[in-house]
Amino acid sequence: MSEASSVAELATAVRNGTRSASEVLEAHLAEIDESEPSIHAFNLVTGDEARRQAAAVDAVVASGGDPGLLAGVPVALKDNLCTRGIPTTCSSRILEGWLPPYDATVVTRLREAGAVMVGKTNMDEFAMGSSTETSATGPTRNPCDLSRVPGGSSGGSAAAVAAGFAPLALGSDTGGSIRQPAALCGVVGMKPTYGTVSRYGLVAFASSLDQIGPFAGSVADAALCFDVIGGHDEADSTSLNRPSPRLLSVIDDGVEGMTIGVLTEFLDGADPVIAERTRMAAEALASAGARVEEVSVPEVALALSAYYLIAPAEASSNLARYDGVRFGLRVDAEDTVAMNTATRSAGFGAEVKRRIMLGTYALSAGYMDAYYGKALRVRTLIIEGFSRAYQRCDVLLGPTTPTTAFPLGAKVGDPMTMYLSDVCTIPTNLAGHPAISVPFGTDDGGLPVGVQLLAPALAESTLVRVAAVVEAAAPGWTGTRGVGS
Amino acid sequence: MDRYQGGGVVTEGWELVIGLEVHCELRTETKLFCGCRNLFGDEPNSNVCPVCLGLPGSLPVLNQRAVELAMAIGTALHCDIRPSTFHRKNYFYPDQAKDYQISQYDEPINVDGWLDLPDGFRVRVERAHLEEDTGKTTHAGASGRIHGADYSLVDYNRSGVPLVEIVSAPDMRTAVQARAYATELRAILIASGASDGKMEEGSMRVDANVSVRRSTDATFGTRCEIKNLNSVRSLGRAIDYEAQRQVALLESGGVVEQQTRHWDEGTGRTETLRSKEEAYDYRYFREPDLVPVVPDAEWKAAVADTLGLMPAQRRARLVELLSGGNGAGGNDGDGDGDGELRVDQIATVVDLGLDDLVVGAVAAGVPATLALARTANEAATDAEAARRLDGSSYVALLTLEASGSLSATQAKVVLGDLLLAGGGDPAMLAKEKGFEAMSADSLVETVGQAVAAEPDAWARYCDGEDKLAQVFVGKVMKATRGQANGKAVVAELQRLRG
Ligand SMILES: [Zn+2]
Repeated sequence: MSEASSVAELATAVRNGTRSASEVLEAHLAEIDESEPSIHAFNLVTGDEARRQAAAVDAVVASGGDPGLLAGVPVALKDNLCTRGIPTTCSSRILEGWLPPYDATVVTRLREAGAVMVGKTNMDEFAMGSSTETSATGPTRNPCDLSRVPGGSSGGSAAAVAAGFAPLALGSDTGGSIRQPAALCGVVGMKPTYGTVSRYGLVAFASSLDQIGPFAGSVADAALCFDVIGGHDEADSTSLNRPSPRLLSVIDDGVEGMTIGVLTEFLDGADPVIAERTRMAAEALASAGARVEEVSVPEVALALSAYYLIAPAEASSNLARYDGVRFGLRVDAEDTVAMNTATRSAGFGAEVKRRIMLGTYALSAGYMDAYYGKALRVRTLIIEGFSRAYQRCDVLLGPTTPTTAFPLGAKVGDPMTMYLSDVCTIPTNLAGHPAISVPFGTDDGGLPVGVQLLAPALAESTLVRVAAVVEAAAPGWTGTRGVGS
Repeated sequence: MDRYQGGGVVTEGWELVIGLEVHCELRTETKLFCGCRNLFGDEPNSNVCPVCLGLPGSLPVLNQRAVELAMAIGTALHCDIRPSTFHRKNYFYPDQAKDYQISQYDEPINVDGWLDLPDGFRVRVERAHLEEDTGKTTHAGASGRIHGADYSLVDYNRSGVPLVEIVSAPDMRTAVQARAYATELRAILIASGASDGKMEEGSMRVDANVSVRRSTDATFGTRCEIKNLNSVRSLGRAIDYEAQRQVALLESGGVVEQQTRHWDEGTGRTETLRSKEEAYDYRYFREPDLVPVVPDAEWKAAVADTLGLMPAQRRARLVELLSGGNGAGGNDGDGDGDGELRVDQIATVVDLGLDDLVVGAVAAGVPATLALARTANEAATDAEAARRLDGSSYVALLTLEASGSLSATQAKVVLGDLLLAGGGDPAMLAKEKGFEAMSADSLVETVGQAVAAEPDAWARYCDGEDKLAQVFVGKVMKATRGQANGKAVVAELQRLRG
């Protein structure tokens, strides 16, 4: 569809008038028209709004102005990012009819950089899930194999990039919700350091873990998107007060002299083909000049248990506000308490209810210290474990997921099995560190495999340098990804 | 003793134990976690935004001014100001926008302070922490409560208004002490600029924890928390009622259950609001959307520097003036009731923030007793106007009175005009009213006539019955329609007696 081989080139073409934003948009909308019915990446395609934005970008170019780094680049937004006057549902019935009166900070930054928002993508309800099957609007299908899940919870965003609906998408990653679907759909997905991208306007799941990040067809595209959305925001108290990132300028600096640790705990639980791909990635880094060694961080084995106390605990509080009083769904009943109950019973799906109950229990009097308190202590142990590893290593390498994309319905009835899909991604969230999933070939059935790179807090520039080397060594890498590219 | 009066026992053999929790709204421009105006009472739901409405995706940002006012309160209450964190207190209620309240839990900003009552009794302050207020719900329907209401209306203008909750230790033993604590704390809150302290408007709200124990018991009894105390008077009444209820219960062999009770001003009783079993499990945990507040020494010092004199210091300053010889033990005194009267006058003047008027007048040479009396008795009747009054015209007026150029009655009339106008020239105002000071000659003549008219009284006065001077003062006042100066009359009488 696009002559430009990267988002940067596409934006440059629009900025210098070689291509119009409107023309770029129409090509993507045509792709959506064609394939969206079989994929269901979107809860809402905002064609009219996108056409207005594209026209505005073209008008800026025509008047000699510069629309910005992402001029005319179509972007898909996970449906938990607030968009002013445009439905934001978190794929939940409980937000039916709600129109946010404000834009999330990342949405404002994308708009200011000239990006064009094509729609709101499907997700697991309130980002709780690993397959996009808990969505109230029905599952998204994996563009690589329509009988399989795209992963989750940002499955719609991953699928949108993989299907060529948009060269960039935003997701949110609480326990792997960007990296896991990126791996399953064969695109790049990056979870930045906690605090580097403003959460203002991201509908909270687990506030101490949630982080917004990009999906893209390449490491460079993801880096550019991070450069645009990252940086300090006064509206988010946990936002780090640091200069805005400039990853794109260092991405090609290579890995010579770096030490890469292959995380044995992650390899042990992965399918053999995925473990094999990970070792290939390690070899590629070694041949590019990095020192590669095996590293053990035994604490990561505790991460899943800790996560399934901390995240539901925060969620039980974050989701209390959906009470039918001020916005979204209201199911009338005889009094306020009955209305609250009826609204929440009808508005939330089973997985959300399960996590609210888990979290409420974990925080309740008499159990708080044994569950939530202990989970917080485990979180500290995990941070210490990583810190030990990072005394020797610049970056850690492992698989993103234990398996490739699984068939729809295969795990949705068994929460514990589903939760294990995130076993390799969750430790990063508990530590607040950055990580990225890079496609690295396929399994025997042709399904994408993702390898994951992990770095200490704020080491995004190191991370993308390593990721770019891995990407270039990936089997079948031709310089860009996505059906329509 | 059937009615507790403040002696430390409710009924023979019982001791009352009281701790108070006081919520005060901070006088900030904006709310605690957003930029909305802190103005409750505007058009409902006009001062709201995504943050204070708890809309999905919104995040709190701490108001630094609110932190400073909390620190000012902590400083005034001699607290240790510490690094502090915020927690979420989770419970469902329609006026609680997020269905959790952001409050401080195990790491409050102020801990371990104290408050000295005017009589010197020290009440320990356990903590004074920051939290956000809720919206305000109005239930339509017969009951006025949520159950059985036809519908409810919520005004979120108050949602997110900054509060400081000040928790005392259970140190008070009488309702009188509790009332004194609330009164003194209110004065401190106003003096520190942190709050307007208006209990009737809810900007200062007091909850009382009350228990009783036998005088011989070493441990406290089971306490009840009393809510809905809208005045210092209600606080005293509610504590008395609750103490008697608990004593009666225990004496009849019953047990006090830990409860939250509601004070009904109309019936003069407390009623069960909820029992311990019905108490909420708030599931406190660290608010992940906020970072710790760590006031450094420099910030603490800056807050302490801007803090004005506290009520106790201001009262002490007036006591000092009165005992400093400047009019002390003055000639308008009337004996031994003086001490108590002046304590009341000083308290009034300080409570109303009029002490600077007194201090200014005394500095300009006005006798302290006169300055205090006029301020506490007359200026205090319109304290708001008095706080705006031009100090120099006040001094000029009191100087005219002190010199005998104006009688007390005349001075009070002129003061009324000054308060209305915010200032002015008291000599001119007196002249316009025809308040010419009596000449010394005509005073001598009038006193002479009064003496001549009452020979018996004069004889007894000459024998040393000083209080009979009032007979002649009265006659002279009557004859001059209040224009004479009482002090000058007494002086003339003393001269005549020789
Ligand atoms: Zn607000």
